[in-house]
Amino acid sequence: MDILALLLDGFSIAVLPLNLALIVGGCFAGTLIGALPGLGPVNGVAILIPLTFAFGLDATSSMILLSAVYYGCMYGGRISAILLNIPGDEPAIMTTLDGYPMARKGHAADALAISGVASFIGATLATIGLTLFAPLLAKAAIYFGPADYFALYVMAFTTIGGITGTDPRKTLLAAMLGLMLGTVGLDPSTGVARYTFGSFHLYDGFDPIVALVGLFAISEILFFLEQKAHGGGLVPPGSVFPRFSRIKEGLGASLRGSLIGFIAGILPGAGASLGAVMSYSFEKRISDRGSFGKGDPRGVAAPEAGNNAASGGALIPMLTLGVPGSGTTAVMLAMLISLNIQPGPLLFERSPDLVWGLVAALYLANFVLLILNLPLIGLFTRVLGLPAWGLMPLVVAISYLGVYAITHAAFDLLVMVGFGVLGFVLRKLEFSLVPVVLGLLLGMDMENNLRRALSISGGDFTILVQSPIAIGIYAVTAGFLVLSLWLSKRSPPQMA
Amino acid sequence: MIGKLNHWKAAGLAAAMLFAVPAMAAECIAPADPGGGWDFTCREVGRILAEEGLVEGNVQVTNMPGGVGAVAYANVAGKRADDAALLVATSTVGITQIAQGKYPAGSDQMRWIAMLGADVGVIAVAKDSPYQSLDDLLSALKEDPASVVTSGSSGAGGWDHIRLLMLAEAAGIEDLSQIRWVQFDGGSPAVTQMMGGQVGLVSTDLGEIKGFVESGDIRILAVLSDEPVSAFPDLPTAKSQGYDITGYNWRGFYTGGEVSDEDYAAWVEKLKTLYDSEAWQETAKSSGLEPIWRGGEEFSAYVAEQEKQMAEISREIGIIQ
Repeated sequence: MDILALLLDGFSIAVLPLNLALIVGGCFAGTLIGALPGLGPVNGVAILIPLTFAFGLDATSSMILLSAVYYGCMYGGRISAILLNIPGDEPAIMTTLDGYPMARKGHAADALAISGVASFIGATLATIGLTLFAPLLAKAAIYFGPADYFALYVMAFTTIGGITGTDPRKTLLAAMLGLMLGTVGLDPSTGVARYTFGSFHLYDGFDPIVALVGLFAISEILFFLEQKAHGGGLVPPGSVFPRFSRIKEGLGASLRGSLIGFIAGILPGAGASLGAVMSYSFEKRISDRGSFGKGDPRGVAAPEAGNNAASGGALIPMLTLGVPGSGTTAVMLAMLISLNIQPGPLLFERSPDLVWGLVAALYLANFVLLILNLPLIGLFTRVLGLPAWGLMPLVVAISYLGVYAITHAAFDLLVMVGFGVLGFVLRKLEFSLVPVVLGLLLGMDMENNLRRALSISGGDFTILVQSPIAIGIYAVTAGFLVLSLWLSKRSPPQMA
Repeated sequence: MIGKLNHWKAAGLAAAMLFAVPAMAAECIAPADPGGGWDFTCREVGRILAEEGLVEGNVQVTNMPGGVGAVAYANVAGKRADDAALLVATSTVGITQIAQGKYPAGSDQMRWIAMLGADVGVIAVAKDSPYQSLDDLLSALKEDPASVVTSGSSGAGGWDHIRLLMLAEAAGIEDLSQIRWVQFDGGSPAVTQMMGGQVGLVSTDLGEIKGFVESGDIRILAVLSDEPVSAFPDLPTAKSQGYDITGYNWRGFYTGGEVSDEDYAAWVEKLKTLYDSEAWQETAKSSGLEPIWRGGEEFSAYVAEQEKQMAEISREIGIIQ
């Protein structure tokens, strides 16, 4: 087969000593960058670009390094989400929902192992999908218009009410708050400033990563200070060795999550966060018997498989069309251009070495990450055994450093603290923070696509239900709603 | 204990990555997130400045996104007006914002160093589009302004939109506000949406969508330059089709308004050397930029003139009062 021959050629490039070293180094650095709150794949990749120039790496080696970092970040983001309830980057938000409760029960090692294996499954399946179907899938993704993306976001928001274990009304309120915060800034379709009060700093709205670090990391610290005053301790470290029986529980969820995440990744307007949300809520719909949100292994496996599969999927529009599916792939595209490689529909024909070398490197990176991550579980778990007087200031320092590194603006440190206080108040009122971030993160894209659809139709709302794709998505959404109503009638009443 | 070490190591590594920049180096502010055109300008020019030995060490690229460049503009005007080590990347887009009063100050607040090249605006349709020439398209729009959904990478009133409306105006279309405009997050997303049949036309820079021109997925009805572009000499200009409109998106740099004459002259000199280098000419061409030089006083005058022109156009089409 053609593809196999090309892939073998790719492997012969990927196993060159330099490239192998880049894979291992990139995976390691990526895991750390991903685990640090605030620093995510976009910054990780952007920070490393000057390094690729300094080393004089060629385009293929540079792409291999950056992709290894990208994949590594997706693995790493979950670590702090599970251990500290602080997601390392946006797509890891969903992992806090069941990962942190597992850690609180003393099962941190299990959660890390499950999410590591799920990440591996998600990323590997996505890479296989990329190998076999990339050009085909890219062609299909083109037919997704603004109205269809809007339908996809409607679907995501429909499922948000059921995402957390708390009162669905509170969840919806929190999502609404996130949507409101998402309207701050320049309106992308007309350039009109909204709720900026004349401050240029607010023109771009609230950066979701700044909000995320504030809501989770800073509020966690405020919470800790309060607990400290009233006595009480950190999460118990529990066993440092994962149990294989627990890993097996997440396998089905990983496979389902991978498929959903992969689809979200291929669509340039969707991405890893949406992939994680959909994977989690789908899994919860079909397997929850009241254990989700309280430390269910499937609730860890699904979103992790989802976000890793999505980041693999996002490489498809990037390589086949030159369209970035995420901030990270946008940076990678810019670097390709600066290395005299023109991204676009002809990349597969003109630079087969680069494309297939990269694909082969991704397979290797996945194995490296799995091998790297499993033995590190013991190490990471021991973080929980640290005295709080050491760990908490470190979290504060990393949060400040991370946010400043992204935005280079002291103003955003204030925004972060503001979100920290907001997060503290919301948690006191027993609101889940996840829907707030999702509202902020997904709301902007949802609005943009709605506005685009309406610009196309000249303000006629019927465009939203004219495309077969959109109608299909709404039908699936309705099906989900009916299914969940039926399931909730059948199973014993859940805790509200 | 081991866990603690690990965490420290992580923090240390991150810190080393963030601050691994020699102290004496020049700095280039890209007033946008990594990955965009301004970021690319900083990184490319920074790389060549270092390679050609025009600065000590590497050029540190700082991303300062916000307000389409307004945050960086305010920052430089307020805090770093006399910082001689500083370059700030900008382009026609920045001047559009200034002209429409969306920056905290006019162009006279900064010292404009030079432009090194320009991306050329194009009007593109899908390969299966019924429109074969600019005339076809514009007469269809003239008959019914809503007949073609137009799109590009800027919002309404942005440069992609304005240069399309300039063409429409030249074609005698009166009610410009009837033309439907859809904003996408870049030229290539707009093109793929056009290939998927969502919109009928894309007005954007050639550089970003070059790959689609080469693959034959789209048809360029007009390039908005004086002369045909060197990379694609066969593409017709708007001028050759009787519409006297150009729409360059130049790439260049400014620095703070209080930088001394000597330091300013030194930057102009360095960028001129860079412009003449083989490396820049290569880089510019491979990324779809036409190398065009304007430096020093000539460039400052050009920027002031463009600001005035843009404000007039924006007023004519009702974007500002």
